[in-house]
Amino acid sequence: MRARSIRGAGATATAAAIAVAASACSAPGDGGSDAKDSAVVGIAYEPETLSPLLGYGKDGNSKIFDGLLTHDADMKLKPALAAALPKVADDAKTYTYKLRKGVKFSDGKPFSAKDVVFTYETILDKKTNNASKTELDAVKSVEAKGDDTVVFHLKYPYAPFAERTVLPIAPEHVAGKQDVNTGTFTTKPVGTGPYKLVKWSKGEKLTFKANPDYWGGAPKVKNFTMAIIKDDDIRATRLDAGELDGAILPPNLAKKYKSDSGRNTYAAKTFDYRVVTLPTGNKVAGDTDIRRALDVGVDRKAMVDSILYGEGKEAYGPVPTDSPWFTKGTERTFDAAKAKKILDDAGWKPGKDGIREKDGVQAEFPLWYLSGDKLRQDHALAYASDAKKIGIKVEVQSGTWEVIQPRMPKDAVLAGGGSPADPDFDQYTLLKSSLAGDGFNNMAHYDNPKVDKALEEARKSGDHAKRQAAYDTIQRELVKNPGYTFLTHIDHLYVVDKKFGDLSTQVEPHDHGLASGPWWNVEDWQPKK
Amino acid sequence: MARLVARRALFAVPVLLLVTFGVFAIAAASPFDPVKAYAGTAGLTASQENLDQLRANLGVDRPLTARWWDWLTSALTGDFGDSSTLRQPVADAIGERIGWSVLLAATAFVVAILLGTALGVLAARRPGGWLDRAVTSLAYTLEAAPPFWLGLLAVWFFALKLGVLPSGGLTDTASSTVTAGQVASHLVLPAGVLAVSQLPWFVLYVRQGVGDALGDDPVRGARARGLAERTVLLGHALRSGMLPVLTLIGSRVPELITGALLVETVFSWPGIAAATVQAATSVDFPLLAALTVLATAAVLLGNLVADLLYGLADPRVGFDG
Repeated sequence: MRARSIRGAGATATAAAIAVAASACSAPGDGGSDAKDSAVVGIAYEPETLSPLLGYGKDGNSKIFDGLLTHDADMKLKPALAAALPKVADDAKTYTYKLRKGVKFSDGKPFSAKDVVFTYETILDKKTNNASKTELDAVKSVEAKGDDTVVFHLKYPYAPFAERTVLPIAPEHVAGKQDVNTGTFTTKPVGTGPYKLVKWSKGEKLTFKANPDYWGGAPKVKNFTMAIIKDDDIRATRLDAGELDGAILPPNLAKKYKSDSGRNTYAAKTFDYRVVTLPTGNKVAGDTDIRRALDVGVDRKAMVDSILYGEGKEAYGPVPTDSPWFTKGTERTFDAAKAKKILDDAGWKPGKDGIREKDGVQAEFPLWYLSGDKLRQDHALAYASDAKKIGIKVEVQSGTWEVIQPRMPKDAVLAGGGSPADPDFDQYTLLKSSLAGDGFNNMAHYDNPKVDKALEEARKSGDHAKRQAAYDTIQRELVKNPGYTFLTHIDHLYVVDKKFGDLSTQVEPHDHGLASGPWWNVEDWQPKK
Repeated sequence: MARLVARRALFAVPVLLLVTFGVFAIAAASPFDPVKAYAGTAGLTASQENLDQLRANLGVDRPLTARWWDWLTSALTGDFGDSSTLRQPVADAIGERIGWSVLLAATAFVVAILLGTALGVLAARRPGGWLDRAVTSLAYTLEAAPPFWLGLLAVWFFALKLGVLPSGGLTDTASSTVTAGQVASHLVLPAGVLAVSQLPWFVLYVRQGVGDALGDDPVRGARARGLAERTVLLGHALRSGMLPVLTLIGSRVPELITGALLVETVFSWPGIAAATVQAATSVDFPLLAALTVLATAAVLLGNLVADLLYGLADPRVGFDG
């Protein structure tokens, strides 16, 4: 009797153990990521809104929406809701778009020219709280001609304007009937894109379903989920636990997946730069010789190797060295001896503690970085350490933008930025003297008449050769008088399961948009059978 | 009893008024700029004109008292305003999230109370025994461990090493529907961690209370009359030993709220945690004020419940005391 009850207990325990083991095998797999037509990716940022009227998807590629134009893998413009690239007239002041026929919003209602006009006019409306509306500054008016033609009239000739028309089009029949700043459209969007939003569980995930009637063809990946996991370590953990098919990761965590047989690592090339602003208003940082000495006296290669683990490249300007807009021959090789000679020749003589002096002024200035940003902190400290070796004292300090912004005219800042679509987008706001101190534009208060002139020429001219020549001039001027020390361009790293085949990435901007990374074209993925 | 409730409710009104005004005043004095927070990275390329327009649209350039008064008067009519960070009405923002936070906190609280009481009684039975020493030292260790750290440890062990529990989210990552079964399995780790972080206080209070009660005359008398150990322990000692715990329940509420904030972050639990942090750092007045009112109300309610329970458990304590 006694023996039997013990055996019985043993059997129960065994059964329980098997049950636990079985659930152990199946539980993580229940994530649904086993199915070939589903993809789950982990992202680091949650959007505040999904309304294009408030700025969502303004750089294109929003999955729920389409713009008039979109980018291909090489960031070349191609038609989306427009039937072809725009006709440009009147010396780059009038842009005419013919629209694609038969496109429907995912609620079944037809898309037409009035939706385009509604979208642009709403964004430009003063009452709309869209923080990026400065980007449409050139637009004077938008006009619908019939159902299938839209004409943009610009205030001034603006060659890169077509790049701005990748911004997503909202349906007037939905978004026009509610408060643009807080209506339900901001969380329950309706668009023409390849995916429909099923649910946005704030703080947790965004779930999408393929739009079977998408004008570009129904996507093969039917269910697409973006899990919002802000902490890098937790994202990596959930990738390991099998709950995610892919994720964005910082270089130190992405490293270990390089040798993973089940996953591919992708390093997306970017325009995402880290830069030190050298404000003209500072006696030391504003001195051309100091600027030139720092430009050759900092070891960019070492920063790429030690801070980015090799996942990035040296930067000499906002344009990355592998971009067609880059001016060959403007690379600055690291040469501390040359830097010291520049300073010696200019009369900056070593004083006490090795810090140089000229006319009673010590070669020192403060450098601020955004507190909590590890990458910027590392860059700032490396910069200060290199500067010290050539006799310039850079005091590294951290603060929030509220603390930093008022100091920008006098103090250096470790800043970031980068927009691949057109060289005008970065450079005009970064270098134009008339924009000095306007918000976060031209943080260094850079003032160079030759650069100003070239910037104007480049944006007005529709001719590629003329534009290239203007941007060449700017990059050469930045060697002679660098108002900024550009340090690195940073690769964005992603890890994705191999079952989705070999994927590609676009050249990415500074911002991590929702649809950056290998899933930029998830609608075209062909999962392995 | 009704008088106690009524008096406390009346007392809550000035407290809530003061707290909301305090929130507005502190937020206004903070170095954070709501316009920059609203604009986010887009603000880094925006022109000053655009930023100024935003400032006017958001109404953040108006004086502190005017903003507070507007918020208060419309809140009384049931309109809690619009959250600037979440781009939706405050009532919607909170409505979407609060249920999950309450589920998490309530589950954790119940588990902590039940488990804490059980362990506390066991420890009190043989003061200085091996069980007592084990439970007490465990409680002291847990008391020092931050919930965030416990959460990471739990994810590493249960989700990664054993693979028996999901590591985060409300439902399976790929699932778009919310089912009770999925929520239950996803609730285990976050609620467990939160419960464990609350556990030490209950264990230690119960152990002390029951231990003291075991030495009291009524209990010694009951033992002398030959009552069963079980009856003595649960019927007599626990009953009087629980009194301090009832007070503790009320005072643990604030700690539970902050603990929940951290736990929600670790487990991507879609509660109000992220919204609260965001509201605070972005100076999102309407959302911040509403959340503060909720938290204050929870604390006041917690104290009221504790006092009511105390009165019920010990008839000697009047409700008017």
